[in-house]
Amino acid sequence: MDLAAILFYVFALVTIGSAAVVVFSRNIVHAAFSLMFTLMGVAALYVLLYADFLAATQLLVYVGGILILILFGVMLTSQGYTLNFREATVNVVPAGLLSVAAAILLIYAFSTGGWVITEVDERTDTVYDLGMMLMTDYLLVFIVAGVLLLVAIIGAIVMSTRLSVNTED
Amino acid sequence: MLSLTWFLALSAILFAIGTIGVLTRKNAIVIFMSVELMLNAVNLTLVAFSSFMGDIHGQILVFFSLCVAAAEAAVGLAIVIAIFRNNLTVDITKIKLLRW
Repeated sequence: MDLAAILFYVFALVTIGSAAVVVFSRNIVHAAFSLMFTLMGVAALYVLLYADFLAATQLLVYVGGILILILFGVMLTSQGYTLNFREATVNVVPAGLLSVAAAILLIYAFSTGGWVITEVDERTDTVYDLGMMLMTDYLLVFIVAGVLLLVAIIGAIVMSTRLSVNTED
Repeated sequence: MLSLTWFLALSAILFAIGTIGVLTRKNAIVIFMSVELMLNAVNLTLVAFSSFMGDIHGQILVFFSLCVAAAEAAVGLAIVIAIFRNNLTVDITKIKLLRW
């Protein structure tokens, strides 16, 4: 077994184990912190797949941005009594059946797909190619993504600030 | 040598774990984190295909998926905080304004 396979197994175990902690943990702060390890494991798997720019972006956007947002959400919404629900889970049996069926179907479809694998002889860093593509072929999509982020920021500010409307009822 | 099937199987398992979280948990923020898990599983699938087929266009798609995930995180958490301000709970079984 070579080094890449060992690294893949280590990062896959970290990713799946901490994802299970995210889903099954009773404590929401533990869930948020193990989500960090899941995201870092996925970033490491991106590195194993030669996607260096996406690995860095994953760390910046998910671990640096979204996870901090989630932690702020946890702090703003949990006031002691919401930390531990008496019954933290509902519908365990049908949900478990459904997700196991989804996993089996996905793995079956993936493993019997007959994908055409192209052997790439020489790997270079992807930053140059991605930048050139974003500025030429995908320029319109790039601009639309920027507008989408602007709209999302404005919407988030409007929704989370306290409006001065009289809400008597 | 790594094979494509390993990465695909890993992302399928990750997606299934996220599905369990969305369907069983009651806290809105934990459901939100599970949605992020499912998004990451799909991104991992795209990057695996892109890497093993030698085509970089899949990584562009993951890049835009990251953009949409960031926007969704900001708006989703604002909605959760607005709901908490009105109802003083984020338990989705207690938020039943539109149910009867």
